[in-house]
Amino acid sequence: MSNARPDQRTEARQDTRAEPYVRLERVTRKFGDFVAVDDVSLQIRRGEIFCLLGGSGCGKTTLLRMLAGFEQPTSGSIWIDGVDVTGLPPYERPVNMMFQSYALFPHMTVEQNVAFGLRQDRIPRAEIKERAGAMLELVRMREFAGRKPHQLSGGQRQRVALARSLVKRPKLLLLDEPLAALDKKLRQHTQFELINIQETLGVTFVVVTHDQEEAMTLASRIGVMNHGEIIQVGTPTDIYEYPNSRFVADFIGSVNLFEGRLVEDEPDYVRIASDELGGAFYISHGVSAAPGAVVWVALRPEKIQISREQPEGDGDNRIAGVVAEIAYLGDQSVYLVRLASGRQVRVTQPNIVRQGSAGRITWDEAVWLSWDATSPVVVTQ
Amino acid sequence: MKRFRLRAGRAAVSAVPALWLLLFFAVPFLIVLKISVSGMRLGMPPYEPLFTWATSLVLDLRIHLDNYAFLWQDPLYRNAYLNSLRVAAVSTLLCLLFGYPLAWGIARANPAWRNLLLLLIMLPFWTSFLLRVYAWIGILKNNGLINNTLLALGVIDEPIVMLQTDFAVYLGIVYSYLPFMVLPLYAAIEKLDMTLLEAAADLGCRPFRAFLTITVPLTWSGIVAGSLLVFIPAVGEFVIPALLGGPDSLMIGRVLWEEFFNNRDWPVASAVAIAMLVLLVVPIMVFQHVQGREGAVR
Repeated sequence: MSNARPDQRTEARQDTRAEPYVRLERVTRKFGDFVAVDDVSLQIRRGEIFCLLGGSGCGKTTLLRMLAGFEQPTSGSIWIDGVDVTGLPPYERPVNMMFQSYALFPHMTVEQNVAFGLRQDRIPRAEIKERAGAMLELVRMREFAGRKPHQLSGGQRQRVALARSLVKRPKLLLLDEPLAALDKKLRQHTQFELINIQETLGVTFVVVTHDQEEAMTLASRIGVMNHGEIIQVGTPTDIYEYPNSRFVADFIGSVNLFEGRLVEDEPDYVRIASDELGGAFYISHGVSAAPGAVVWVALRPEKIQISREQPEGDGDNRIAGVVAEIAYLGDQSVYLVRLASGRQVRVTQPNIVRQGSAGRITWDEAVWLSWDATSPVVVTQ
Repeated sequence: MKRFRLRAGRAAVSAVPALWLLLFFAVPFLIVLKISVSGMRLGMPPYEPLFTWATSLVLDLRIHLDNYAFLWQDPLYRNAYLNSLRVAAVSTLLCLLFGYPLAWGIARANPAWRNLLLLLIMLPFWTSFLLRVYAWIGILKNNGLINNTLLALGVIDEPIVMLQTDFAVYLGIVYSYLPFMVLPLYAAIEKLDMTLLEAAADLGCRPFRAFLTITVPLTWSGIVAGSLLVFIPAVGEFVIPALLGGPDSLMIGRVLWEEFFNNRDWPVASAVAIAMLVLLVVPIMVFQHVQGREGAVR
């Protein structure tokens, strides 16, 4: 998994040799019989944006609330910058949180909201005013300093909440679904703004989200969670291109999963026969599994070529089918191709040629699907 | 036409409470006001008519303001008013002190329990107010429940005098009016978003400070409503000081009663009532003002 891959943003924002800044050691949280977080160990580096990604009820919010101090772990310990904070109440932790609902104090002005955290620390008035003002400047909300939260739009409230949670210069900023309440256009814009602010201040971010697109854009690393466990931790590229399980492959993006049997296992390639496919995969990377074992092959829709002509070369990594369905999405089209086995395969192709031009593949056409030997990923669980 | 009918319908709906207030508040109030400026006389009714025919053509109107002057001059009335205000204020504070944690507990209880707990708060209303106050006599008197128990246990050698003291009056008022404090407080606390308290803690605010800077301002409407619901009836309370209080616990409701039934001085009794009303209108207006402002903020 540590192969160098061209992912400049990730490389610029993390130093892989850095000491872990936040450390969770075997953290478990139970609510009665229900195990919300199950024996999670995790290391987060200084200055990175770490995303906890998972569906609802996967334990990501409970994990975040334990970092904030609102929940106590049933067992295990939490360390921030070398200090064990496990038993500390929220008001003694060097951690701030941006709440999903923003939780702005409705009876205070924008400026009072931002200054609230500083006022708890007996900081001189002049300094409070200056720091709150500078933070409002950073999120471009200075002119709204005198407004009450109910007089602001959703995006403005989000910026005030961000300013309030950053003004104390926390060692760690927790963000609970930071963009969920914004509409799509604003969300895309705000994502990059968040990254900019994070890079300006150098604060370590832990973001909880159920939105994989949000996680992919924001995160330097992602931890995928399911049933209270962390299934995979890695860069967005790792998670997308090298999922370690069917769950991760299926959760991130869309994927075609084929059940198959390992027939040839060499150090530099494997062959997997699949009845579902009606053929075999030739994959140019090794797998650690017993010959004959049942494995799954994950193949991303955008990595499949669709063509009328039979591809040249020998017989693996290709299959014939019939176009059952086409969805035109503007920038790309999604094809559902039915194979002879009855299985439907999802294929996406960018619309390089303008729609409506002659010669385009259409419904009920017989087509060939093919892919590169580096494209499929074998998952064993 | 349709518009007219709509307006007529609205008028009909608002006419009912308006008529009610006219018949049962405005008219009696005017009668009391009239009696309060009449002179006293022996007879039935025990006050002089306001209008008399001086001659067959001249109508004679006599307004006696000396009833009010009398209230102002006699320290009995002033002391009774002040004492009523004091007792009501202290009782209100005590209700707030007990009521707030109670309301908080109910509002934060498991939803399945919440309605049951609210029902328990309202349960005493199923018994007559008078009976409940009488019951306290049985509990507090010298050979009552508490003293007998303590004597039997050997904790005390002679009974503690509780009945006919200020303590009994406060106990009675707090006991009787606590639900009126708890219910508006509950409504306000239930609406309070708990993540705001988490946000405060997250920003370094200790629980007690968070209570003062977040919880109190955001439940202020409930605090004001509950306090007025206790304070206003407590000022004019008659039954509790009469039954549980001693001869020296002088409250305006009792003075009114004695003036009316013992002295049979209706004009002075009416003046006492009018003065009390004026005294209570001030806090009611404060309440209205606060409520109006709250409405504007939200």
